[in-house]
Amino acid sequence: MTITQVPLVDYLVLGDSPHLVANECTKCGARYFDRRNACASCFAVDFKKVDIANEGIVRSFTIVTFAAPGVPVPFVAAIIDCAGTSVRGNLANVDPTPEKVTLGMKVRLTTYSLGSDDNGLEAIGFGYEPA
Amino acid sequence: MATDDIYILGIYMTKFGKYPDRDTVDLASEAVIAALADAQVTMKDIGVMAAGCLMGQGGIGQMIQKQVGQTGIPVYNVSNACATGATALRTAIMAIKAGECDMGLAVGVEKLAGVGLLGGGGTPKSKNKEWTPSGRFGSVTNVDGLIGTAAMPGTFAQVGMEYGHKYGGATFELFAKISEKNHAHSTLNPLAAYTKRMSLDEIMNDIMISYPNTRPMCSANCDGAAAAVVVSGAKLKTLSLEQQRRAIKVSASILTSDPYQEACQVLPDVNTLTRIAAKQAYEQAGVSPSDLNLVELHDCFATAELVHYDNLMLCEEGGAVDFFNSGATWRDGSMPVNVSGGLESKGHPIAATGIANIWEVCHHLRGEAGPRQIEGAKVGLAHVIGLGSACGIHILEKSAL
Repeated sequence: MTITQVPLVDYLVLGDSPHLVANECTKCGARYFDRRNACASCFAVDFKKVDIANEGIVRSFTIVTFAAPGVPVPFVAAIIDCAGTSVRGNLANVDPTPEKVTLGMKVRLTTYSLGSDDNGLEAIGFGYEPA
Repeated sequence: MATDDIYILGIYMTKFGKYPDRDTVDLASEAVIAALADAQVTMKDIGVMAAGCLMGQGGIGQMIQKQVGQTGIPVYNVSNACATGATALRTAIMAIKAGECDMGLAVGVEKLAGVGLLGGGGTPKSKNKEWTPSGRFGSVTNVDGLIGTAAMPGTFAQVGMEYGHKYGGATFELFAKISEKNHAHSTLNPLAAYTKRMSLDEIMNDIMISYPNTRPMCSANCDGAAAAVVVSGAKLKTLSLEQQRRAIKVSASILTSDPYQEACQVLPDVNTLTRIAAKQAYEQAGVSPSDLNLVELHDCFATAELVHYDNLMLCEEGGAVDFFNSGATWRDGSMPVNVSGGLESKGHPIAATGIANIWEVCHHLRGEAGPRQIEGAKVGLAHVIGLGSACGIHILEKSAL
């Protein structure tokens, strides 16, 4: 079967139940989303993949109305506490206003299409919508 | 004065603002020549030099030397984000403490007028539209704006909002009031880039950059330079009484980076390293926060100033909102903060900032701050944060003479 979709980042797992995965240090449990050389917390070098909870609460946010050229505004940038693991992501399916976005609000992971490239490959991004 | 103490012998900041006809070397040279004159010494007396210009090319130290004096001394070109100036100063201090010389020079300079938004953005990874994973996150395109924000106003907005989530009370209006204070303070500082008093309404209704930070709540990009001459206590004893009287004791010089914390690689943690630096600084200086007569802290955004009240232990843990609302941090309050106008109005020429804030504190400790003098100031603290992160804290004390 031809691959038709690619995730925006390699820590987003697509399929029937999209979710994020982290590199978890097998020694101290610290979690990272990037490619690792070693653990910044305990310096160990072994990691395993762990699934991140899809539900979380908004621990912090900002409504960006002025951004670098090429970055569409407004959007809500947020830090989501997903069952103890902090995740960076945009909020989705909510008005980008201080009236609608609140600290502590419950959200869950959602995915959306970023469009297809010249080869017909579709990129899939993620965000968090009110739960 | 103890022989192993370190003193600021001379210090200077240029007026911050726009200098279309002068380059970084011109501005840095003005600062160096004036700092040397303030110290009543020449380049011949200087045994080490540390210099920073974050957005410039390498070798700024040597470029400055070629204008003000080439004496063959070691030059350290340093780069540590917004803590670059403090890092340069600390580098010179370390050389003196190591016994390599008895007098050093630190200089920071930046030209930032009109550069606009810092951080974030980037160009598309491929000219052809092709989703190819690359980089440490295997991303198929630039993620700024798709996965949160990498720009500074939004990053620091989230720092302040996170404090609000933890402790409550951190509203848009509260952050705007912090900005109102700093803009009011700036009216007394002729060297500030912006000296216009702004009402709370004006601040809240200005252009929203990244909620809750409107434009006047963001640090002002501008041009400027600052330089300092530092000297050992042993050497200072051999200098004139006038030099000894105006010398300012560096009671603590601390630099930290951020220790690992959960989430610190998701949203920069500017709190932990500041708290650690503050604790070390108070211990090294043997002073407590209540001994401070003024504080210049890194208000790169109004949202940042709030959290640093707490991080610098100027208030009880979690009490920054009440602390600010008490009026304590206004210039007539119990703990004046950013009487220079802060980065929001004085301006933030990055590498100059970490020396300019020390200049401000020294100015008060010397009793030379004119209309904005904090009367009787004896002890002050200067703090900077460079995102990534680096935190520099210096505690300064008036000469005992």
